[in-house]
Amino acid sequence: MAQQFCTFFLDGQFFGAPADNVQEVIQFQPITRVPLARPVIAGLMNVRGQIVSVLDLRRRLGMPERSYCSLPVNVVVHARDSVVSLLVDEIGDVIELPEDTFESPPATLHGPIRDVLRRIYKLPGRLLLVLDIDRLLNLENPATGASDFDREDSSCSPPEVVRRVP
Amino acid sequence: MDEIVKDFLIESGENLDRLDQELVQLEGDPSSKELLSSIFRTIHTIKGTCSFLGFVKLEKLSHAGEDLLARLRDGELALTAEITSGLLAMVDAIRLMLAAIKDTEQDSNQDYAPLIARLATLQNPTPAANKTITDAPVSDSARAPRISADAENEKSDPDSSPMPAPVLDEDLADPSKLGGLLLQRGLVTREDLAQALHQQEMGRKRLGDILIAQGAAHPEDVLEAQRALEARNPEAAVETIRVGVNLLDRLMNLVGELVLARNHLLQIRKRVQNPDFLPISQHINLITTELQGEVMKTRMQPISNLWNKFPRTVRDLARNCGKDIRLEMEGQDTELDRTIVENMKDPMTHLVRNAIDHGIEPAEERKQAGKESAGLLKLRAFHQGGHVNIEVIDDGAGLNRKRICEKAIERRLITFQQAEQMADADIFNLIFLPGFSTAQTVTNVSGRGVGMDVVKTQVEKIGGTVDLQSIEGRGTTIKIKIPLTLAIIPALLVKSGGERFAIPQVSLLEVVRLENRLGIERVHNAPVYRLRGRLLPLLDLSSELGLAPTRVFPSSDSASNLVVVQAHGCAFGILVDEILDSEEIVVKPLGPHLKRIVAYSGATIFGDGRVALILDIVGLAQNAGIVSQYGSESPPAETHQTQANSNEHPESLLIVECDGRGRIAIPLSLVTRLEELPASSIESAGPLEVTQYHGEVLPLMRLSQVLYPANRQPENPARDRILPVVVCSESGRSVGLIVDRIVDIVEHPQGLETPGQRPGVLGSSIIESRITELIDIPFLMRQGIYAAGNARAARGGV
Repeated sequence: MAQQFCTFFLDGQFFGAPADNVQEVIQFQPITRVPLARPVIAGLMNVRGQIVSVLDLRRRLGMPERSYCSLPVNVVVHARDSVVSLLVDEIGDVIELPEDTFESPPATLHGPIRDVLRRIYKLPGRLLLVLDIDRLLNLENPATGASDFDREDSSCSPPEVVRRVP
Repeated sequence: MDEIVKDFLIESGENLDRLDQELVQLEGDPSSKELLSSIFRTIHTIKGTCSFLGFVKLEKLSHAGEDLLARLRDGELALTAEITSGLLAMVDAIRLMLAAIKDTEQDSNQDYAPLIARLATLQNPTPAANKTITDAPVSDSARAPRISADAENEKSDPDSSPMPAPVLDEDLADPSKLGGLLLQRGLVTREDLAQALHQQEMGRKRLGDILIAQGAAHPEDVLEAQRALEARNPEAAVETIRVGVNLLDRLMNLVGELVLARNHLLQIRKRVQNPDFLPISQHINLITTELQGEVMKTRMQPISNLWNKFPRTVRDLARNCGKDIRLEMEGQDTELDRTIVENMKDPMTHLVRNAIDHGIEPAEERKQAGKESAGLLKLRAFHQGGHVNIEVIDDGAGLNRKRICEKAIERRLITFQQAEQMADADIFNLIFLPGFSTAQTVTNVSGRGVGMDVVKTQVEKIGGTVDLQSIEGRGTTIKIKIPLTLAIIPALLVKSGGERFAIPQVSLLEVVRLENRLGIERVHNAPVYRLRGRLLPLLDLSSELGLAPTRVFPSSDSASNLVVVQAHGCAFGILVDEILDSEEIVVKPLGPHLKRIVAYSGATIFGDGRVALILDIVGLAQNAGIVSQYGSESPPAETHQTQANSNEHPESLLIVECDGRGRIAIPLSLVTRLEELPASSIESAGPLEVTQYHGEVLPLMRLSQVLYPANRQPENPARDRILPVVVCSESGRSVGLIVDRIVDIVEHPQGLETPGQRPGVLGSSIIESRITELIDIPFLMRQGIYAAGNARAARGGV
């Protein structure tokens, strides 16, 4: 059975999100900063009257910061009753892929990306990294490797311990 | 589910709620024929519908209840507490059965045989019950046969009813109709009424007019009766339909969107030059405002929806506790947003339970105290200034200051000294702390130590405040102030650190503009502002939110705005860069990733489509440590900040009086706190006087002895004296200076008129036209410590 993926680029890499999770793609819009929030939260934006948290996907996946001259694109996704917009570098096509061409992430993959990468598709000439949106949006569970915590978090003990884990 | 069954369930649910109330009312007024027939009718309807819908078991139960009620109505039985309890049990059982029907669409599988049997037994009064028959039912039953006899006469009278119109006895006497009411009040005769009814049936006019025309009744009486009828069932006057709550919520959301769009439009209006545009935008503005008001009304519910269950709760609890309690309710039709009514359910129940269990004393105790044996519990609700005020008043024993203090000290919430200094109101507010209960025994009603804190949290969650007043032996009043609605709130828009924020008007006290930030003083490094003689702790919004580096004392060119707000009854000031506007904002919840940041209560969308955060004042205050453990104390500043360029600024000086003669100035920057200590808390360590202060030893110096060693005062004044103490800190060391009186804080240009003449005094200045000596705190501290060291050395100590 084939599945559709919405694809996008981050730091030169090719990513995909299951199309079922993607609500819409929106051009960059002004974002309201949320002071005290953890750095992965870029802020809040207004999606037709609905207030949506914006997640900086580069920060979420532990990638280098986006250069200031390029404007990111919003990929609005929903999972577990919450709607979140993901900031990505550039949007790709929606592609349909059969189930049997995927592989699991390599064992040597480390960092926050390890827990949110569901599988890898071998496309001609490049690899498509498919993200697990549920896990991606779960910032509360330290096991997902969120590296930054807001002020509230730093004052309570469990994340403090986790933070010291390299 | 069948529409019919659904309707039946909704209707019966409402009817049962009313039954609860009416049965309790009936107990207080057993002779009320009106209540009895209303109760009877309700049960009768339920029974009838059940048999129609085929719910056999439910029908059986309601039938048993109906039989019992019929005998009560006919005056064959008098209402006793047992009967009321039986009937209430029946109401509960019916409620359970209805719930079962709702879940399974089937008749309940329980048949409640014991309850039916109990209801049947209640029909056969024991001799004891017989004796309690009151006069009223007897006279009612005596009247009933006479009425039906009259009716017989009428029917057989050919003149009065040429066209036989069977006027039923029940119709005539039905007090929910005008004729019946007039008859019941004895204002018309039965014959006149029958005649008038007959005329009405022949299509003449309204009954009241006919009666007046016939001269059978006074116009005033008829009018009065009509008014009474209208008051009794206002629904009858207005046509109503049932609308799903979901639909109303959706409508509310859409109106919220409309309000935002309107705000946007109004912003654009300023830029658009088209003359047609202005009136149209004005029109849309008006319609939106009106629509918002009306839609808001659909969400409004009278508080009686919440209170209706209290007569029953109070009755049951009072019987449970063996107390005699009268419940009074005032302002039942005060309206509140539906979500608020729902949110207030638990807090109100807690308060009512608390008042009954802890507040009102048992009858004997009340008699001894010279009070009426029946306690009074009063619920009041009223609108005031865009808020709803709810009060729970009892005339019970009131709060016991001593017991609360003991408990609080035992729980280490406050220290003994604090307890002595705290005002009654502050002591009473301690009961809102988690886990605080002074009940000596834990009952199944309350006293588990959960309750008051839950009440406070829940009320504050919906933007309300709780205030408590109590007089020992006289009773307790709890005042709750809550907003009318949560969905759209008025807010003040401010700007700080380049971002816009909304501050809910609920917590807003006033806005102060500070030119050049003049008037901001500091106690150590904590900024304060003197607002009409009161010191107001300040927090800088941008530094609090990490938007800009701390700049409590910036270069003096910036004007600043101070938003004075209130949290937990404690006022403080928020420094913001700009005050923008005051606007109605639509409150939207924050996503799950931001819920845990206590500084925000939600977000909103402004007219230009941008999102802004709504500040949670209580959360901010907690973050900044303004609202700490028990409310209104700001904690001592802990970090040391380097003092820069103080020469350019006038210096803030704390003026104290010493030895009744001299005025002494202490640089405010060295003062950490002003305390009042009881003389009894002073202990001695060698030659030094010390006291225990926040778990540490604080050396004390009597300023008069240090500065005027020649006129030593007699030692040891009364131990219960309260001594004002100025706590000064310098390079990590603290000392408490005991002074006679703390006078004021003044701004004074730096520099001294005359240099100091003796050790410990830097010099003197004329401040507020009095000669004031500026003391050298670091010197005094060194001296004090050397003195201690020397004394110890002299004694051969360590």
